[in-house]
Parts: sequence; C-alpha cells; structure tokens
Amino acid sequence: MRFVFKTSYDADIRWFRHGAQLFWYMLLLGLMLALPLYFMWTGNPYLLGEINRVLIFSIAGMGLMLLTGQTGLASLGHAAFMAMGCYANVLLLNAGLPWLIAFPLAGLLAGLFGTIIISPVMRLHGVYLALATLALSVLTGDIIDLLEPWTGGVSGIAVPDISIFGYVINKYSNPYAFYYIVLAVVIIVIMAYRNLLRSPTGRSFAAIRDSEVSAQAMGINLSRTKATSFFLSCAAAGLAGALFGHDATYITHETFDIVMSITLLLMIVIGGLGFIHGAFLGAMIVGLIPVLIANGRSMLQTSFDINLTIPGLESALFAAILIGFILFEPLGLYGRWLKMRTYFELFPFYRKDMFRRQKSYLKTERVQ
Amino acid sequence: MDFVQLIVSGLANGCVYGLIALGFVLIYKATEAVNFAQGDFMMIGAFVCLGLTNADFMGLNFWLAVPLAMVIMAALGYLFDWGVLRHMFGQSQVSIVILTIALGFILRFAAGTIWSHEPVSLETPFAGQDLRFGGVVLGIDEIAIIVVTVVLTGSLFVFFSKTKLGVAMQAASQNQLAAYYMGIPVKRIQSLVWALSGAVAAVAGILFASKGAIDPSSGLLGIKAFAAAAIGGFGSLPGALVGGLIIGLVEPLSARFAPDGFAGIARIAPYAILLIVLIFRPGGIFSQTQKKKV
Repeated sequence: MRFVFKTSYDADIRWFRHGAQLFWYMLLLGLMLALPLYFMWTGNPYLLGEINRVLIFSIAGMGLMLLTGQTGLASLGHAAFMAMGCYANVLLLNAGLPWLIAFPLAGLLAGLFGTIIISPVMRLHGVYLALATLALSVLTGDIIDLLEPWTGGVSGIAVPDISIFGYVINKYSNPYAFYYIVLAVVIIVIMAYRNLLRSPTGRSFAAIRDSEVSAQAMGINLSRTKATSFFLSCAAAGLAGALFGHDATYITHETFDIVMSITLLLMIVIGGLGFIHGAFLGAMIVGLIPVLIANGRSMLQTSFDINLTIPGLESALFAAILIGFILFEPLGLYGRWLKMRTYFELFPFYRKDMFRRQKSYLKTERVQ
Repeated sequence: MDFVQLIVSGLANGCVYGLIALGFVLIYKATEAVNFAQGDFMMIGAFVCLGLTNADFMGLNFWLAVPLAMVIMAALGYLFDWGVLRHMFGQSQVSIVILTIALGFILRFAAGTIWSHEPVSLETPFAGQDLRFGGVVLGIDEIAIIVVTVVLTGSLFVFFSKTKLGVAMQAASQNQLAAYYMGIPVKRIQSLVWALSGAVAAVAGILFASKGAIDPSSGLLGIKAFAAAAIGGFGSLPGALVGGLIIGLVEPLSARFAPDGFAGIARIAPYAILLIVLIFRPGGIFSQTQKKKV
C-alpha cells in the first residue's frame, strides 16, 4: 500500500499522483510512439488499422464519457455528432481550407450543433435528453438524405486526404503518419479531459451528476453547465467523426446509424463509467468482440459443421453483455481492476462493500 | 371525401402511437423509469398473438388468442421487472435507460429468430372489411383501433385515479420511502405496472398488426411514441393519447401537402413538432412538472 503524503494543495490536482504512476504512463506513451516500428519490421500494417479504429472510437468514447460518466446525462445519439463532425470536416476541406484549420473547426461545429439542438431539453428531466438524442440518432440518416446537395445523400461522399503544409497523408499510402495523427489527437483530448477534471468546471460536472439539487444549492448554473458539458462532449465526438471519415475514406448516410450510437454507450459502460481508462478498455472490447464472433463462427463451421449465421446476433450479444455489466459490474472493467488492485493493496483488509454505491429513493418531479 | 379517409387513417395510426405511449407513461407514472423497449414490447405482443392465431402457426381462434397474448405479455413484463430491474432498485435512471435499450435489441433479435424478418400480417376476423358511409369508405380495422384505444385510455385513467391499486401506484412513484411507510409493497407494485404495460403493449401490437404488416424492426416505431408522450407531457395518460393523435395526423397531412421534392419532410415532421412543443411548453401540453424542491 502506497501512502501519498500531500504537503501542498497542488498535490490534489497534479497530473500524476506519484512517481510510479508517471513512470507507467510514460512507458505506455513510449510504447505507443514506437508501435509503428513493429509494423514496419513485420511489413504488414493491417493490425495498425484496427488499432487506429480503437483509438478513434476511444476519442468518441471520451466525449460520451464526459457527458454520461462525468455529468450523468445519457446521450443515445452521439453517432449523429460524429456524423456532423465528419461531414463538416469533409465540406470544409472541399471548400479549400487547410486540414489544420478544418479539423478543429469541424469539432467546434459539431459542438455548437449539438448544443443548439439540445438546448430546449436541457432544462428538463434527464429522460427528455435521452429521448431527444435517440430521436436524433434515428433521424440522422434522413437528415443527411434531405441535405443531399452538401452530403451526397444515399450515394455518399469521398473524404479528401489530410494535407499538412503540402505533406499528404492517406490511410493507404502512409499508414504510419495517419497513426501518428490519430495518436496526437488522442493525447490532446486526454490532456484536455484531465485538465477539465481538475478545473472548477469539471468539479461542477461531478456535482451535477451526484445531485442536481445540491449542485444548484452550491451556486452552479445547471442548464449552462450541462450545456458546456454537452458542447465539449459533442466536440470530442465531432473530432472522432472527422478522423473516422479519414479512416473510412468514403461515407454514406448509413455510416453513422443508431447501432453506432448504442455501441458508443456500450463501450463506456463496459469500460467503466467515469474513468478515462474506461473509454479505452471499452473501445478495445468493442473492437475485439466482432473478431471473436467471426472466429467462433468459423470454428463451429469447421469442427462441428454448424452454420451459425443469424442476422442481428451481434447486436443482441452486445446488448446481453451490456445488461450483464450493468447488473453485475456497474463500474465496468476499470472498476473491476480497481477492486482487484485495492484487494491486494489492502490484503487482508478488503471489505466487500468498499465500492458500494449509495442507493437513493425516488421522488417524482410531477404534481398530480 | 378523400380527405376524411386520410384523417381517419391518420387517427388510427395516431391511436397506435398513443397506445405505445400509454404503455410507457404507465411505467413512468409508477416507477419514474422510462421503458425504451416499449416499441419492441408492442412488436413482440403482435408476434405472440400472430403466432397463436395465424393459420400458418397455431391457428387458434382470434378472440381466444387476444387475451392469451395479453397474459403472455403481462407475464413477460412482470418477469423483466422481477428478474432484472428489481436488482437495479435505487440506482441511477441512466442505467435503467441503457438496460431497456439493450432489452429492445434482444427482443428484436428474438423475434427475428423465431418468426423471421419477413413482414407478416395478423389474420383478424375484420380484416379487409369496409364501412361505406355515403362517399366515405372506412376500414373496420381503423374504426376498431380508434374505439379500443379510447376505451382503454379511459379505463386506465379511471383505474389510476379511482382504484386502490392505481392510487398505490401513484404513491409509489411520488415518494418511494413514504409509500413504504404507508405499507405499500413498492417493488411488487412496480412489477405489476410492468405487467400492465406489457398487456397494453400487446393490445397496441395486435391493433398495429391487424392494420398492416409487422416485422421485427417495427419496434422502432416506439420512438415516435416517445415523441407523442413528450408532446402530451410525460406522465399524463390523456396526454399520451393526444400526443399520439397529433403525430398520427401530422404524418399523412405533411406528406400530402409537402411541396415536391420534400417528401422526406413527413419523416421529420413529428420530431419538429416535438421540438416546437419542448421550446414553448417544455413540460408538454398536459404539463405536470414543477421545480424540484429540497
């Protein structure tokens, strides 16, 4: 068990709590930076594409995490904001803006779009937000269809290459450069997220999550703080969407559907609500499951001669995993890891209810 | 006369939306949770009745199959609350929202596996019969939908405001702790509400499937019903019906009177109305919300 002896107030908001933490995260960073070397050595960058996908989804996951894990608001339509970021990026690039300007601008536009759409329901009960975002995610395809002159509608639109000061980066021609771009965005978003949590804004998000009434009593402007959270969350989703577009190279009205929104939600719940690590763990699991299903299917096919191709099996399995996690491990994978770590750190003094959350009795907001 | 038929068929559609909305307003009223799988409950209810009555499957008498389907759906609702949601008692609303969405995906998968993804329609005694009233031709099924919905909404309204069980349900949602002190078995009450809402979903599904074909993805219709409930004001039974009717009417009318090239407007119109209502009257038409007090 390590005791961090705090001798100043700064110790509470330091990036790393102690030296060992700094060491492990720097090691991780070093490994991530050196990763392309391995693929250059094997000469087969296929797996790098998968890693890119996972990283892109964890950016969107961090966006949703900020909203759901930190502020306690559920969004069922984050794919719509990814779509907004993606299309904005493509349109700005096609209009001739350099990538370094178009890309952040796409995130900003997605954030603004989300905030404007959601502001009418911000003052209401959280259920309305879930509902409005669900409607939005269902409508995304229709809206993209209606805006055909800009979005290409059903036939879709090609995503231009990234170009930084004349250096053209394409997923196929130089995958390593694309990987570094994604990694850079990931690191920037992590840093922004961490900084936010240390700031008064981040603290007020947590206050709203834990109790709206007491947050308000402490002088937090509820609707404005919620709107801020939504803006930042949508902006991160927009950045992820823009990168997703570059990764997919061609997008249609079906790319960002409701299943993607639900997958994002699944990701953060499985990973662990309220932890940055959760977004990454969740993205890895979500990236892994389809591979496992495909492998299991082909194994059944070859060794038992059972042909298991039931449509919808994948999303049903996702849903079952989601229900299992909510019922049995609400803190997600990262929470499980924390529990295991605490168990060994405190051995033999770990108690079963150390991570138990307080239950609350419901009261309605309606008059009858 | 064409216009009258458009209105009646819109009303019938609206009634189905209203019934789905009714199902989750019931749950919301008594447990403060929103069942995002209500549309899929409706779909499963239709398929259960269809499996019991259609000649391809069991071929039971329609009038026997309807109560049976309602009982099966009520049992399903009760079991879901008893088996899953009761473990979530006292935890955040967000997790319950996520749970019910996941349930919807599983139900859709189950229906697709059992009854295949082809659209099928329910064989009812009144299918295809018309009522000729001067120049107006109305389908019996449409009239049946409207009558059943109005009767059901009325009786549920009376149930909630007059009977002991209904009042207990309201009490359980208004203040769980106080309801416990008054001797109300809150958990069992919540399961009963889920059962009731399952039965209502079965009725909605049967009406929907008698009017047109149903397939496992019909459950997504539930989203329009959510819009209906929000327009009417969450937690108000007549509001759910009124909201459903508004959406049911707006859809065909906007499709008919939309300018050329804007046919997609009909798909967006219900949500546009939802947005307008939320901006100008955030609590819905029959608003019941007030500021939360400590």
